[in-house]
Amino acid sequence: MLYGTGEFPNWGDPKSPASLHVSDYYIEKTFEDTGVPNFVTAVVTDYRGFDTMFETAVIFTAGLGCFLLLRDFRGKKEHYYRHVPTGVILHVKDDKKTLKVGSEFEYMDKEWVPPDLINKTVCRILIPFIQIYALYVVAHGDYSPGGGFQGGVIFGSSLILLAISYNLKTLVKRIKEKLLGIFAAVGVLIYAGIAAICMPMGGAFLDYGKLAPLVPGDPHHIRALGMLGVEIGVGIAVMAVMVIIYINIVSEGRHDEGL
Amino acid sequence: MSDLLSLIIAKYNYWLYVLLMMIGLYGMIAKNNLIKKVVGMNIFQTAIILFYVSIGYKTGATIPIIKSTDTGHGVIIRAAEYINPLTSCLMLTAIVVSVATFGYAMALAVRIYQRYQTLEEDELRMRLSEE
Repeated sequence: MLYGTGEFPNWGDPKSPASLHVSDYYIEKTFEDTGVPNFVTAVVTDYRGFDTMFETAVIFTAGLGCFLLLRDFRGKKEHYYRHVPTGVILHVKDDKKTLKVGSEFEYMDKEWVPPDLINKTVCRILIPFIQIYALYVVAHGDYSPGGGFQGGVIFGSSLILLAISYNLKTLVKRIKEKLLGIFAAVGVLIYAGIAAICMPMGGAFLDYGKLAPLVPGDPHHIRALGMLGVEIGVGIAVMAVMVIIYINIVSEGRHDEGL
Repeated sequence: MSDLLSLIIAKYNYWLYVLLMMIGLYGMIAKNNLIKKVVGMNIFQTAIILFYVSIGYKTGATIPIIKSTDTGHGVIIRAAEYINPLTSCLMLTAIVVSVATFGYAMALAVRIYQRYQTLEEDELRMRLSEE
């Protein structure tokens, strides 16, 4: 393999085989064809739309696989509660009896550590900004570096940060598991749906240009809008799947304790 | 000898990726722990990603986002001024797939640990033969 590198093109050679045929077409014609300044987004979601659609399906399948492998609905027999004002720990062995968790009692488990004020405060301030940045990355995928995958991962990581800085229960309480599953499926459906709508409008699958009569505004921008819709779908799916994988792995599928 | 040295210096990026790939392959084959195998697979994927990104690079070119001077009508866009967008696209999707496969592999490892209480391959084989 090392000997073979002698035959390889030099680093930074504009005439290297990878940069010759279809790549030049993408660079020279993308703006004319689609009106999108970011070539990468245009190639990912328009020229190579099928690839990205099944890519999203792969992500969805990975999330589904984690869920099916790990999810454990049985729950634990024993519960620990902590009385917040005094710090007394209650051990409830009966499965039926549960204490109301609120300002007075809170859940606890083997890995319980005292909540860290600095961690919590910093994360509480940062998380909304991370989420806004994620939405910006998704929405500006056509004009600047970014797109659905990247924005989705940033949004998912902000939710994971919530789980790390507080605890897993806080995250699961904020975003129900069912909602995450629906999000993952809806993201894939948005992509496939936008692609499928193009067919009754007289185009091929994923031919965004044929959507022009449905959307008011300049028909020149229709391909950019189609890409934006697809990117939003990808972002939702990636965000939901990241959180599903994280929750299932750290808690071994019980969704109660863990990092 | 000087031939070899000049070859290495001219193509050092490829040599680095081959080295990285071999580290990953060694991890996948030689390590006994399943998590270490998965990490080896990730290193292997990283080598491939870096390789693709580097063959898309062009000297003196900029990122594949159109410059404002090129947006007018009748302007001819020269391909040599932008790096290759195709390799970046392929690797964009490859990174996401690597995250998905990593997550799934971790889930499988968690299940194996729940059932056999170990992630070492030889111990696993022993437990399997006992059954």
